[in-house]
Amino acid sequence: MTASLVTSTQGDAVDWRSVVSRLFPEGHDIVQDGDLLTGSGRCGGETLAVVGTIHHAALGVEISLAMAQYILKIVREYPGRPLLLLIDTQGQRLRQRDELLGIHRYVALISKAIQVARDRGHRVIGLVYDQGVSGGILASAFSADVCGALPGAEIRVMNLPAMARITRIPEEQLRELSRKSPVFAPDPHNYVQMGAVDSIWEGDLAQCLQDALNRAQANDHRARLALERGGRLLAGRIARRVADDA
Amino acid sequence: MRHRSFYEATARQRIVEILDAHSFAELVGPEQRTVSPHMQALQLPVAFDDGVVVGRGTLHTKPVLIAAQEGGFVGGAVGEVHGAKIVGLLERARRERPAAALLLIDSGGVRLHEANAGLIAVSEIIRAILAARSDGVTIIAAIGGASGCFGGMGIAAACCSAVVMSEEGRLALSGPEVIETAHGVEEFDSRDRALVWRTMGGKYRYLLEDCDVLVDGDMEGFRAGIAAAMEAPQSLTLEALEREQAMLARRLQIFGSSRDGRDVWRTLGWPNPETVPLVPTDVFLAQAAALRAA
Repeated sequence: MTASLVTSTQGDAVDWRSVVSRLFPEGHDIVQDGDLLTGSGRCGGETLAVVGTIHHAALGVEISLAMAQYILKIVREYPGRPLLLLIDTQGQRLRQRDELLGIHRYVALISKAIQVARDRGHRVIGLVYDQGVSGGILASAFSADVCGALPGAEIRVMNLPAMARITRIPEEQLRELSRKSPVFAPDPHNYVQMGAVDSIWEGDLAQCLQDALNRAQANDHRARLALERGGRLLAGRIARRVADDA
Repeated sequence: MRHRSFYEATARQRIVEILDAHSFAELVGPEQRTVSPHMQALQLPVAFDDGVVVGRGTLHTKPVLIAAQEGGFVGGAVGEVHGAKIVGLLERARRERPAAALLLIDSGGVRLHEANAGLIAVSEIIRAILAARSDGVTIIAAIGGASGCFGGMGIAAACCSAVVMSEEGRLALSGPEVIETAHGVEEFDSRDRALVWRTMGGKYRYLLEDCDVLVDGDMEGFRAGIAAAMEAPQSLTLEALEREQAMLARRLQIFGSSRDGRDVWRTLGWPNPETVPLVPTDVFLAQAAALRAA
């Protein structure tokens, strides 16, 4: 891959190497190429394929295509091998060039590749180990069977200045809301309550990964979790009503 | 015969005119007052259908399930309730196996007022589309409303079996205002309508093959275009995705250094890119077919 994949490398990013060595104490061969990680790791006697992003990567067309390509290659060459998506992204790259090229297609290809993997018996785990934003997380960790997050991770729909402009809610008010409201705050614990994050991974990450693999299931059960945990009370109920009403 | 504009119509008008006459039955209608708790908490206006109408009917006598987003309510943006209605419809499709599930998309994407809940709702729509497709359900996205198809709904559209657009339709991931806020007006002038149109408009998307069927912007055009798309089911398979991956890699090679939609048209062999906006849809389609053949 070329240097064009490298975007604004930020100093405060979580060191992916330490995360990876905690996940795979039995060893791994994950390599970095620009903002992209690919390779495999051993967990509980099993080999997992790993694809990920680092340095708060902006998902542009190139890296999105590379991620989708890697997943499809795993499905083709290693039937059934579980997949781990290691995600740190500031969201899709917000450039005219990416839109001109149809970036929605490139990003969607990641989701579709995950679905085909799932259909063919691969368990797919997502881990947001630093940031997870908008299109970047929709297409990756949120498309997995099970999504975990590290305690310090941040998950959000958009940065606050852009949000202020689109909603016409003053940025200061949004800042206040993100401090207090679980619906607005990027704290991953809120996402646990709302069912989108299965659990916060702490301590023995290899064990957390093992647990996630054991809990993986093909059907989207996030609305059910949200109801059990009290974070989103309507999503599951209303979907069920539309699905089942005579 | 009236030629009513799809662009100007409400979600309900679109459903009534696209489906066979009197065939539509709404599910969880506005009488159930399923409003957004999050909008209420912010003391913002609510809608009894939360900006999306869902139900069943027939198109050319074939059973379909249909969802239509109301662009006039917070830009058709997806909140918890809104998203759940679409997800429920798609779950129903997995059980009922209609001839198709139709999504009349008119949406800016995640409803930012519902922030986290909106993001998750869009994620659940994307997953529901893919799960239904895996089960063999044909899902058609139709785009031609004033709010376009942006954000997570752009990803959702790309996950459908086919995309039908009018030339007024706009399909993208990041909306013009978001790009402008991030990188300035030099990167993207969101008020330049011609620029917006030639970066994300229906004709442009059709030439790039992000839109499968380009239609005239009236109801009859959409009705015929959707029916045509239903006749060409696409399965979600490893082989299909490998082909799509190769196509997108090729696109990057050919157009990766293009700066503007006009450059792309020129590369495609369009003789006079400046005239593309003026060409009527039928003439445009004939020229596009000739270029594709060549």
